[in-house]
This record gives sequence, structure tokens and C-alpha cells, in this order.
Amino acid sequence: MDPQALSVESANIARHESAWQRLHRHWSVRIGGVVLALLVLTALAAPWLGTVDPTLFDAASRDLRPGQSGEITTLDGEMIKHRFLMGSDSFGRDIYSRVIYGTRVSLLVGIATALLALAFGILLGLSAGYLRWLDGPLMRVMDGLMAIPAILLAITLVAMWRASLITVVVAIAITEVPRVTRLVRSLVLSIREEPYVEAAVSLGTPTLKIMFGHILPNCIAPLIVQGTYICASAILVEAILSFLGVGLPPDIPTWGNIMAEGRVQFMAYPHNLFFPGVFLALTVLAVNILGDGLRDTLDPRMARRV
Amino acid sequence: MNRKIALAVLLAAAAGSGVAQDKVLRVVPHSNLSILDPIWTTQYMARNHGYMVYDTLFGTDEKSRVQPQMVDKWSVSPDQRLWTFTLRDGLEFHDGKPVTGEDVAASIARWGKRDAMGQKLMSFVERMDSPDPKTFRIFLREACGFVLEALGKPSSNVPFIMPKRVADTDAFKQIEEYIGSGPYIFKRDEFKPGDKAVYVKNPKYKPRKEKASGTAGGKLVYVDRVEWNLALRDAQAQVNALAKGEVDVLERPAFESYEQLKKAPGVVLVTKDPLGFQYMGRFNHLHPPFDKPKIRQAALAAFSQEPFLRAQVGIKEFYKPCASMFTCGTPYGSAKGSDVQSKSNMRKAQELLKASGYDGTPVVILKPTDLAAIQKLPDVGAQLLRQAGFKVDLQAMDWNTVVSRRAKKEPPSAGGWNMFFTAWVAPDIWNPLTNAAIGSAGEKSWFGWPSDAKIEELREAFARATDDKKKRELAEAIQARAFEIGTHAPLGEYVNPLATRKNISGWVIGPGDIYWNVKKN
Amino acid sequence: MYTFIARRLLSTIPVLLVVAVLIFLMLRLTPGDPAAILAGDAASSEQIAEIRKSLGLDRSIPVQFGIWAGNLLQGEFGRSYFYKMEVTQLIAQRIEPTLALATLTILIAVVVSVPLGVIAAWRFGGWFDRALMGFSVLGFSLPVFVLAYLLIWLVSLKLGWFPVQGYKRLAEGFWPFLHHLVLPAITLSVIYIALIARVTRASVLEALGEDYIRTARAKGLPEARVLVRHALANAAVPIATVIGIGIALLIGGVVVTESVYAIPGLGRLTVDAVLARDFPTVQAVILLFSFAYVVVNLLVDLSYVVFDPRIRY
Repeated sequence: MDPQALSVESANIARHESAWQRLHRHWSVRIGGVVLALLVLTALAAPWLGTVDPTLFDAASRDLRPGQSGEITTLDGEMIKHRFLMGSDSFGRDIYSRVIYGTRVSLLVGIATALLALAFGILLGLSAGYLRWLDGPLMRVMDGLMAIPAILLAITLVAMWRASLITVVVAIAITEVPRVTRLVRSLVLSIREEPYVEAAVSLGTPTLKIMFGHILPNCIAPLIVQGTYICASAILVEAILSFLGVGLPPDIPTWGNIMAEGRVQFMAYPHNLFFPGVFLALTVLAVNILGDGLRDTLDPRMARRV
Repeated sequence: MNRKIALAVLLAAAAGSGVAQDKVLRVVPHSNLSILDPIWTTQYMARNHGYMVYDTLFGTDEKSRVQPQMVDKWSVSPDQRLWTFTLRDGLEFHDGKPVTGEDVAASIARWGKRDAMGQKLMSFVERMDSPDPKTFRIFLREACGFVLEALGKPSSNVPFIMPKRVADTDAFKQIEEYIGSGPYIFKRDEFKPGDKAVYVKNPKYKPRKEKASGTAGGKLVYVDRVEWNLALRDAQAQVNALAKGEVDVLERPAFESYEQLKKAPGVVLVTKDPLGFQYMGRFNHLHPPFDKPKIRQAALAAFSQEPFLRAQVGIKEFYKPCASMFTCGTPYGSAKGSDVQSKSNMRKAQELLKASGYDGTPVVILKPTDLAAIQKLPDVGAQLLRQAGFKVDLQAMDWNTVVSRRAKKEPPSAGGWNMFFTAWVAPDIWNPLTNAAIGSAGEKSWFGWPSDAKIEELREAFARATDDKKKRELAEAIQARAFEIGTHAPLGEYVNPLATRKNISGWVIGPGDIYWNVKKN
Repeated sequence: MYTFIARRLLSTIPVLLVVAVLIFLMLRLTPGDPAAILAGDAASSEQIAEIRKSLGLDRSIPVQFGIWAGNLLQGEFGRSYFYKMEVTQLIAQRIEPTLALATLTILIAVVVSVPLGVIAAWRFGGWFDRALMGFSVLGFSLPVFVLAYLLIWLVSLKLGWFPVQGYKRLAEGFWPFLHHLVLPAITLSVIYIALIARVTRASVLEALGEDYIRTARAKGLPEARVLVRHALANAAVPIATVIGIGIALLIGGVVVTESVYAIPGLGRLTVDAVLARDFPTVQAVILLFSFAYVVVNLLVDLSYVVFDPRIRY
């Protein structure tokens, strides 16, 4: 190992530690993190939180106000008494159970979209930044994708495939990939001029190793920040797609779906919109706050700009 | 001084225009109007557009009796093979030309190429002609029992009368000119798809003397303009707009809206179509599991109508179970043969399914997500089938995809389907010839493609029958056989009252969405 | 300068070409069949096949693309499958509401957010700054349709200030036009206000730390003058950039807002056309939106020259 690389490594470690400490102190990271952790716990523990099957309905219990009791017939034909904490929708499904189970779907959509967009963005951005011949054509395609309004692109893509969790995630991720690609590419272009990268190149380190071993680690901070924003935006876009009737299948409980079904009687039964709306706004808020905090601590360069 | 006079004149003119302000009826129709050729498509919005612009030879009144509309007198030869129709005086197209027998012959010929009942009628017709401008004749090869029912058919496709030059358009191409002899004139220059469609009063229209009833009787026009608001499609926004008086009529409010509409001041609900609609679940007879009659029987047994109606409509006074495949309360509405569904229960369904040799093939159900009037039926169907022991794959998509998918004959694994749900307006299903779901001519019949020689024989006999009692017997036999083989599952009937401002009155009772006779105070 | 404009203009061509190919492929791979939708409920399979042929959809995808691209080069966008109308005519009918909504939204957003951002930067760390930052995160987090329903309920139904839905064309009079447009524009501008206020605050903050500001203050210039003439002027470039980026965001919001307020604009047209598989219309509208995006970003690039004399091309 050459001494220069070693010193870079140790510098990295040192920066990591201080970043971690700063993270811990930052109030918005704490708040966002705690709220998100609670949401994740809720999602994981959904079956044990007094919920019933969120797809089960009984017309006898339709449009109950929050707190009212009613009956639900299970698939085995058994009748169970249930208290509808957040009321029921026009099918007679339990809004509370749907909102709680919806946490799973919304978080899954947000996180999966962020990971997918980041993975593809990193791959494409590294390639474009490092392989000169690919840069031009690839970035033109990215420009084209970026020029298409994200919502319209997602609507068209979801309408094109059969709506399912995977298609919605992929469709939203595709709209985010160009931005990640651009970010990674610009980072690569600036980092590759750094002396330690040039040193590695001159030492004949293989390209792949330089890309993933030297350049990528330096992109991680801004990418984590970008990832949280993608996550927040994906949760919102999923809700908008469902609202426009082109999102996840309506029998999957998502906050967007609950609101899309409830919008018809928003004035008469506002609870259909209120509870999922609060959860949605809270989640996005938490992710955004967390993202701001991460940006302030991990990526001070960006923090000054926005 | 001059200036003062000018000002006075201006003021007077302004005041005058205030008094003579046009009476505009602002309607929110049930869907978007996209296609303007009611012969080319069966979409109900095109049909409603047709009733504004065109007139018909016969109409069907609220008691489902056929009555003359453009026709003044008609006669039948003793062998029932020559029908002669004389047109009323003063019928005139919007371009000022009189309506002639030639126009009628061309219009009926074009309709006969598109409409299912029209095609049936044409199979009996030897030729049609017009010996003089006011007369129209049909020569039949043999007697046929439904000439008037066909010509007075109130729902899609309606035999509207168009000018000959328009009616001569290839039946498989859309017409380009929208001129009729009906009570309203279509303002083509004001038509903005997805925004609004405008119709103005036809001042030269000569209504019949009889009281308006269904699509029959005098079509009197009391407003100057009818504007269809095609942009307002959010159910909550519709309710808000009506409550604030920004629009006058909601043609078919969402069922969820009625609770708010009942409370809204200045809003009344009008059930102008008491026969209403029938829900139906359609099996695909080509592919497993519903290729076996016994499995269809098990599904029929599981499909008790009440859960469907309660979930989808939800308002007790708006729905009723109906054991007939033809509309209940009309001449052919009977419970004959329906016991397999109406007198059954979940335990029976489970036993039937066990005995049928069902191998667990999942039932692919197509669920539309953007059609409020039917979108809950698939969920109810899926839950009932699951309770009966079926495996179900409920696939959600927009209605337009349902429409494309259901036309596919491939197996469900290759983009096909096993079941979908829909609703029909009463006149579309109240007769064995118009009821598309009952036709069982295999791959030539309506989506689902049931195949049964006996039903087809009985329908042929029905077409030839001229005696009412005989027709009723045949209709009962057809229905009994249809239940036996399980062509489809009728899922009950409902009404969808329109909501309107208190100052609007004069709604015509009968099927369809009709805007003559309506007054605005 | 002129070569720069020419180069930027030329560089939009490949972008639009990529958009055209992407959209075309996307639509042709859609499982929906326009012919079946056109034919109506009771149509037979033969009738559907007939219509498919008449639309030219029975041909291979490369041939279809060739025909479409050829027509496009001659300035023909084709006819809508559904409305028996030239797509260009259809778009012409729908463009006014969308343009009006977008313009008013940006106008409201800029007029409200820039002063807010400047004040927040001026009183950095104070209660106003904190409140604004809180509001801006909330503005990002609230789905636009929830906001729309809340505003309709409060402002239209309870207070009765504005109509609940609809659009009046400018030709029908300026006041009715504005009266119908204000509420949708406010709804849509919230997220924009959040975005621009943040950027303004950050840029002004940065400028306030620069030497020339200290010089200006030391010279005893009035604080307002320092803020506006010096700090804000230097923040103009990032603000212009964020408006450019936000155009895509705005178009997404337009789709939802038009849907809730029943405004017959391009957003609704696109959603309807996608659902109806009206390929020519979808292709044309998405191309148009992409073109708008490209042009706005071009203008933003050019505005740098105006705002920041240091930038030269």
C-alpha cells in the first residue's frame, strides 16, 4: 500500500467519526430519525397493533365514524366484532388497519424507489463520468428522460404495464434516475481530478477498482442526502398516482389509495382523507427533515447552497 | 346631447339584453363525450348526443311500449311482410332540407350494419324503398316479430335518422357531419372535447301532440341552450358545484355523493328512470375454470345479489335484487330457472364447487379502477368466490384496459381473463334479442363467448314469433337455459337518480338521459 | 453570445428526438388497445380488428414510427383517435387554461417567496426564519390534492370567496377569468413558494457574507438597499435556476390541480389521452411539455447573462 492512499483512508475514518457525532447532535436528524423509526416499527408490527385484514370488508359496516363499532365477516364466514378506531370506508373496511398496513407499502415504495434509482444512477453516472465515449450518448438519453415531466412519465409507464408494487416502484425510479446520474457524473468529474485518484491511475490500478474503490466512497454523503429526497418524493408521487387512479391496485392498502377512495365523500366523511393524509404528510416531513439534517452534517458544501 | 342619447340607447340595450338572457341548462353528464357517431359506437354518451341532435321513427314510452315518433301512420300487409310507414308533416333537418323516405332508408340501412338487433332485422329484410318523399317501406322475406321494437329501440345503437348524404357514410367509418332533425342543434364550433359540448334549441322542430314519455311523445324544448360540462369529473367537485349552483344537473352522481346531496340546500333528487340498470358478472366460457358448466354453477350459487348491491350502491331505496336476466318489471322479466342463483347460499356453493372437480385454477377477475358505478363489484365477487373455495387473482386496471382485455380470447396466462363485471341500462337487456350476454353463438357472441345451440335455436324462434304470449314463453325458456349453462350472473338492479337544482323541472320518465321537456325557472 | 444561443438551440434537438423515441416506444408497448376502446361496449372482435386496421395499428412498430416521424417533420402531429380532430387543434383549445394557471402560479410564488426568503436571510436564525423553514418543509410534504380539498372547503365553501371549480376563458372577461383561477393557482404555488423561498434565503445568506456587502454596510447604505440592490441581485441566478428546475414539478402539479378544479387544460388532456390510449395526442402533448421544459431552461441559461454580468459566453 502506498503511504498516500493510507493517509486518505485514515482521513476518511476520521471524517466519518466526526460526521457521526455531528449527526447525533443535529436536532433535525434526531427528530426525523425518531419519527421514521417509529413508522418502521409500526410497519413491522402491523399485525399485532389491533388490526384486522385490511382488505376484508362487510357492507354492513360501511361509512362508520371513527370510534364506532361494527361487524366484519372473515373469509371463513366467521363474524367478528370490531371497533373502527379511524372509522370505515365505503366498502366497510377498517381505515385504521388500512393506514397501519399502508405504512408498509408507502415506506417500501419510498425506500425501494430510492435504492433502485440510486443503484442505476450510480452505475450510469460512474460509467458516464469515467468512460468518455459513453458520456455523450448516455447524457443525451438522460436529458431526454429529464425533459419529460416526471408525473406524466410515471402515469404513462404505469398505464403501460400492469399496475403492481414493482411497476410503480420502477416507474417512479426511472423518473429519478437522470438526476442521480447527473449528480454522480459531476462528482466523478470533480473527484477524478483529485491527486490521489490521479496517483492511483498512474499506478495502473484497474478502472473498476478506481471507480468503486476510490471514487464511489467519496460520493456517498451527497448520495445519501439525495436518496432521502427521492424517498420522500416517491412516497408523494405514489399517492398522486393512486389519486389519479393509475397507481397501485386499489385492493392494496396504501395511503394514496385510501385517500383516492375517500375523496368521493371528502365532505361527508373527512376521516377517509384525514388519517392517511396526516400519516403521509408526517412521513414525508420526517424524511425531508432527516434529509436536511444529513445534508447539513454530511455535505456542508451543499448545505450552503440550498 | 348626442352623447347623452347614445348613452341612453346603450343603457337600454344593456337592460334589454338582461331581460332576454338565454336560458342555459348546465349539465354534468355521466362521462366524457368523445365519439359523435351513435351508430358507429355503442357508448352511452354518443347515444345521448344522438337524442339531442336526431329524431327516431319510433320511441319507447315509460311503460316500454313502442309509439310512433317521426312516423305519422303505418300499416302491415296481411302476410306481415310489407311494412309501410308515412312520415309526419313538417319534419326538417337542421340545414333546412325536409326529411324524406330516402333519408330514412339510408339511415336504417347503415344502422342495420352495426347494431346487433339491426343486423338481426336485416337478415329478414328483402329490401327497403321510398315510393314518395313521405313514405318508407320495408319488404321482408318472411314475417318477423320485432320490426317495431327494433325501430323504436331506445338504447345503443338507436336507429337515428340522418340525412341520406351522411347516412351513406361507410358503416365502419365515423360520420363527419352532425346534422339531424332532432329538438336540439349541435354547435360544432363550440364543441371542445373534454371541456364542453353545446346544443341550442331547434326553433323549427315540430313536436308531437302527445305528452312526452320515455323516448316517445312530444319533445318540447323550454331552454335556449344545453351545455354539457365535460371537464367536471371529480365526484366531490361535482357535488360542490351543484350545491353552489354553478351547474344545474348531475346526470348520475356517485352513490357516495347522495348523502351530501340530500342535505344540500336547493338540490333535489329525481328518479327519472325507474327501470334503471342491471349489474352482471360475465364468465369467460373459453378457458378454465369457467369452461365447465358445473363450476359456473358453483360461482352462480355463491353470487348472492345482496352483498354486491349493498357494497356498490349501498342505499336501500336505490337497489333491489332481481332474479331475471331481463329487466324485472318489463314484459319478459321472470324468475324462471333462477333458483340455482337466487335460492342458493354459500354452503351450497362450496358443495357444488367440491363436486365439480375444480382443480384450483385461479379466477382472473378484471377490475376497473376509474368507473365508480361498477368498481366495487369485482372486490365483492372476489371475496364471495374465495369464500366458496375458489382461488382468485383480482387484477386492477383502468376501464379502457378492461375493455381491451376482455376482447382477448387468449387464456388468462396470455393476457386473457376469466371474469369481468359491468352494468346495463334496462332496454339493452330486456329482450332476448337485445340482451348481448345471453347470445350463445360461440366465438361470434359477446365477450365471454358462450356456446349453446339450444339457446340460439330458441332465440331464432323468438325473432320469428309474432304472438306476445308465445314470445313470453320463449323468453322464459331462453332464460331457464341460460341459467342452466350459466352464461352470466345477473347481480341485481339499481336506480341512479339525477341530482338537480330546485328550479329545474319537467324531467321525462324513461330510460336514457333526455333533455327535452326540461324547464328552468 | 449568438453562437452560444445557436449551440444551445441545436443541443435541444437530440433531447427532443430522444423524447420522441421514448414516448413512441412506451405507448406501443402498452397492453391497451385503442381500437377496442373506440368500438364501445357491445362491439364484436371483428369490428375491433376493422378499426385497428383503419388506424394503421396492424402495421409493425418500426413502420408506424417511420410514418409518425415523417409526418412530424412536416409539422403534422396527426389526428386524435378519439376526437376526430387534429391534435394541434385539440392542444390549441387546451393550452390557454394550463398556460394561465402556470403563469399565475409562478407570479404568485415569486411575489410571495422572494421577499419571504430575503427577510428570513436578513433575520437569520430568528423566529421568522425558523417559521419559514418549517413551512417550506411542510409545503414539500403536503400532497397537492389534500391542500386543494382543504382550500376548497375553507375558502370556497365556508367563506364563499371563489368558485369551487371550472375555468373561464380570458375572452369572457378578465375578472371572471381571474376569479376562477386564483384558488387553483394558490394551491399549486404553495410547493413553489416553499422551494423558491428556501433558495432565496440560502443565496441571500451567502451573499450577505461577502466582502462587498460589508463594504456597502460600512459605507452606511440603508439596510433595505443593501438587501435588494446588492444581496438579492446576486441571488438572482440561483433563483432563476430553481424556477427552471421547478417547471417539471409545476407540470406534475398542473395535472392534479386541473383534475380537482375541473379545469380543461393540457394536464387533464394528457391523463385522459393516456387512459384512452389516444397515441397521437399523448405523443404530441408530452413532446410539447418536454419542449417547454427545454425552452424554459434555455431561457434560464440566457438569463444568467442578464443577471450576472460576470458570466460571459
